[in-house]
Amino acid sequence: MGMTMTEKILATHAGCAKVEPGQLIRAKVDFLLANDITGPQAIPEFDKIGRPVFDPDKIALIPDHFIPNKDIKSAEQAKVMREFARKHKITHYVEVGRMGIEHVLLPEMGWVLPGEIIIGADSHTCTYGAVGAFATGVGGTDLGASMATGDTWFKVPSTIKVELTGALPEWVSGKDVILTLIGLIGVDGARYQALEFTGPGVANLSMADRFTISNMAIEAGAKNGIFPVDEKTIEYLRARTTKPYKVYTSDSDAIYAREIKIDLSTLQPVVAMPHLPENVKKVSDLPEIRIDQAVIGSCTNGRIDDLEQAAKIIAGRKIHPDVRAIIIPGTQEIYMEAMKRGYIAQFIEAGAVVSTPTCGPCLGGYMGILAAGERCVSTTNRNFRGRMGHVDSEVYLASPAVAAASAIMGRIAEPKEVLA
Amino acid sequence: MKFTGKVWRYGDNIDTDVIIPARYLNTSNPQELALHCMEDIDKSFVSGVKTGDIMVADNNFGCGSSREHAPVAIKASGITCVIAANFARIFYRNAINIGLPLLEVGEDVAKIKAGDTLSVDLETGEIVNTTTSERIQAQPLPGFIQDIARAGGLINYVKGSAQ
Repeated sequence: MGMTMTEKILATHAGCAKVEPGQLIRAKVDFLLANDITGPQAIPEFDKIGRPVFDPDKIALIPDHFIPNKDIKSAEQAKVMREFARKHKITHYVEVGRMGIEHVLLPEMGWVLPGEIIIGADSHTCTYGAVGAFATGVGGTDLGASMATGDTWFKVPSTIKVELTGALPEWVSGKDVILTLIGLIGVDGARYQALEFTGPGVANLSMADRFTISNMAIEAGAKNGIFPVDEKTIEYLRARTTKPYKVYTSDSDAIYAREIKIDLSTLQPVVAMPHLPENVKKVSDLPEIRIDQAVIGSCTNGRIDDLEQAAKIIAGRKIHPDVRAIIIPGTQEIYMEAMKRGYIAQFIEAGAVVSTPTCGPCLGGYMGILAAGERCVSTTNRNFRGRMGHVDSEVYLASPAVAAASAIMGRIAEPKEVLA
Repeated sequence: MKFTGKVWRYGDNIDTDVIIPARYLNTSNPQELALHCMEDIDKSFVSGVKTGDIMVADNNFGCGSSREHAPVAIKASGITCVIAANFARIFYRNAINIGLPLLEVGEDVAKIKAGDTLSVDLETGEIVNTTTSERIQAQPLPGFIQDIARAGGLINYVKGSAQ
């Protein structure tokens, strides 16, 4: 009986020849991550153990959530993490001006590699499954303990196989794939389980699409969301790292808890309606839904491909007079690239605001908080009640193309309505 | 450990953003966090909760963000134990790690209503609803996780295992 790639990665790191779903293991971790919200919680727990960090080269501390500091308390939290990084000589601490949104930055820098186990004190750590890593979110205490020990415990998840075929139509992207899947299986459809994306359709997805899909695996309750390593992955990594890495593939006789088939060519632009990511509807089926704000960015959709989609729709047009459009490149490198390609000028000329990288509005931190009764179409990952501001505000999750089209139309709209 | 307490009852998919909204995450002080616990779905919770009370919910409790502030806020508010049909996985780890006991009871959670009084035995997983006299058997925690719980959380467990 074979193993899935998730099981193989876990087995190797636990020093076992084989693992099975449900088994509790202790596994070595290759890379750890915390941010300005979770780092200050992990640090006092780490300090209680009274050991040095297990490896200062294998920890990333990224100030990105309420950064640049939104208020005095946030500044104090950022300071706690900065001082810890200096004291322990953490190699991958990235300061404002160089930093980006953690889950966009780490792959871009080549710090997360295929076959690795990566834990992060942030639920969207599952993003790195896109490069064939086992990556999952933990809390501050788990992270604090692992910074000292270099390992952690896992229950081996069973795996749901998501077989992708075909290619995405124009203006349909990774966001539509993952929202469609969450709509099918629900916000607890993969609870405690691994999602493995496979099939001939994978080759037709860009790395940006894969990052978006893996990123929102947690929104189905999944432990991780993993892709096989192919030519596109290797090409992506070639420019970013010279470190060796190990490629794992699922055995043909691996056991799956469930199999789901998605034909990418049949997908359409969708949104997740308030207040759960599973409330997925086709944009074409919606009544008129007026919006007050559009956010394009975040660890889900802040990559250059996302900004490209938005720019193609926004360039030469005007943001609707009733809409505040907020565009947030995921990293400084993406910001610079968007500037070189002319996107930033196009966004500003259209009447959008462009921000430095930050998680800000996604979790209702700052940079686009909603008032009571306001509606936002957003390329972020959660639309829970009160997520982006007032408890009586509404968030509609969508792709960059749909968010851009909606910003122009003043209502939730399909790209083809703008481009027609 | 045994607890007796009054039930605060919630539904499916209680996410960490409603347990503790992100606007309060500029602190990790447990007492400050507890002042805002559940406020976006239940304004009566903070003013009404008493030390020893028990929180009960349906499916997928604690879904969403990895913020440990969520179980910390619940624990600091005085709740001694959370019972649900099932939990989201990061919340489950975080609660165990910080020493907030959890019990999974599946469909039997329907036998518990708001305001009921429960008597809970964490060792055996037996829950007695003293309001209705019904008995519910929770799934026992896996042995390894019981060790963490017995140590009072992950940090003590790790410190102990190094000695």
